[in-house]
Amino acid sequence: MKILVVDDFSTMRRIVRNLLRDLGFTNTFEADDGKTALPMLQGGSYDFLVTDWNMPGMTGIDLLKAVRADPKLVNLPVLMVTAEAKREQIILAAQTGVNGYVIKPFTAATLREKIEKIFERIDNA
Amino acid sequence: MESKENPRLLLAQDLVVALENNDETKADEILDQISGMRESMLFQEVGRLTRQLHDTMNSFALDSKMVELTSKDIPDAKERLHYVIAMTEQAANQTMAVIESLTPISQELSDQANELSNKWDRFLAKDMPFEEFKNMSQEITMHFAQTKEGVESVQTGLTDILMAQSFQDITGQIIRRVIDLVQEMEHSMVELVRISGGKMKTEAVVIAEPELPGPVVPGVDDKANDVATSQDDVDDLLSSLGF
Repeated sequence: MKILVVDDFSTMRRIVRNLLRDLGFTNTFEADDGKTALPMLQGGSYDFLVTDWNMPGMTGIDLLKAVRADPKLVNLPVLMVTAEAKREQIILAAQTGVNGYVIKPFTAATLREKIEKIFERIDNA
Repeated sequence: MESKENPRLLLAQDLVVALENNDETKADEILDQISGMRESMLFQEVGRLTRQLHDTMNSFALDSKMVELTSKDIPDAKERLHYVIAMTEQAANQTMAVIESLTPISQELSDQANELSNKWDRFLAKDMPFEEFKNMSQEITMHFAQTKEGVESVQTGLTDILMAQSFQDITGQIIRRVIDLVQEMEHSMVELVRISGGKMKTEAVVIAEPELPGPVVPGVDDKANDVATSQDDVDDLLSSLGF
């Protein structure tokens, strides 16, 4: 399972990658905004995307839009991990096609639960 | 530069003439006129200063940016910075609590390993009576059990320490917002200096909410009840959308 972690704060990328490693996902890569992430996603067969929302350059929601607009990436599971907590933002993310939404600060258990739920749904589909 | 047209000089000359002629009535009249002129100049000056003060006060009140900054954004920024202190303190305490609980476990396991290692060396050197060997076997069994338990605690603790570091992202985002506010204030102060320098500008500037408001600071961002304050809130909202 190849995973891309996108966040402008390197500490958060490290935390997420460490948590993913604890969950048994060791093949993880990182990018610091949507602009860097998109070509990586288009160029390399990723299975899962974890992204922040508020990033300079290209935001997470724009990255999500670009992913859903790309025929090769349209089905890529996307988990948003962000401090953005306005109801309208969560609704927008859902409408744009996010597969899970975790607000910061989060616990290791929450992240695990959401990731498991996403893959469960994919396996059942 | 005393010109013939100077009304005060003319009056003064008239006054001298009147006094030389012992015309008290005329002299009093001229003195009244001179002091009247003086008073009206004073009134004019006070009037001018009052108007200037009034205009300045108006420009303060009319400048909605200043009002917004002082009445809302500065208290807001204070709340945000307090939250940063609280979050960093929480992270530090969380980390230290884990370290304090794990250090004795690590020390205990290390002591046991040292002791058993010495005994094991003696056993290999065939320098151990059978009774002692039986005891050592039991100790080794216990050490394995404690190691297993201890390492599990260490792993849980390490995850807790890892999670505690998430304060850096959250506080970073909050501080960035306060920096933006400080820049906004700096700009307003420059404006103010410009206004008090004489040129008036009363164009109202409204500070917009940032497009991405970022971390919810309790007591600041959750007043309008339009934010999710917990992961449960998010999950409820998403499930109401069919997730």
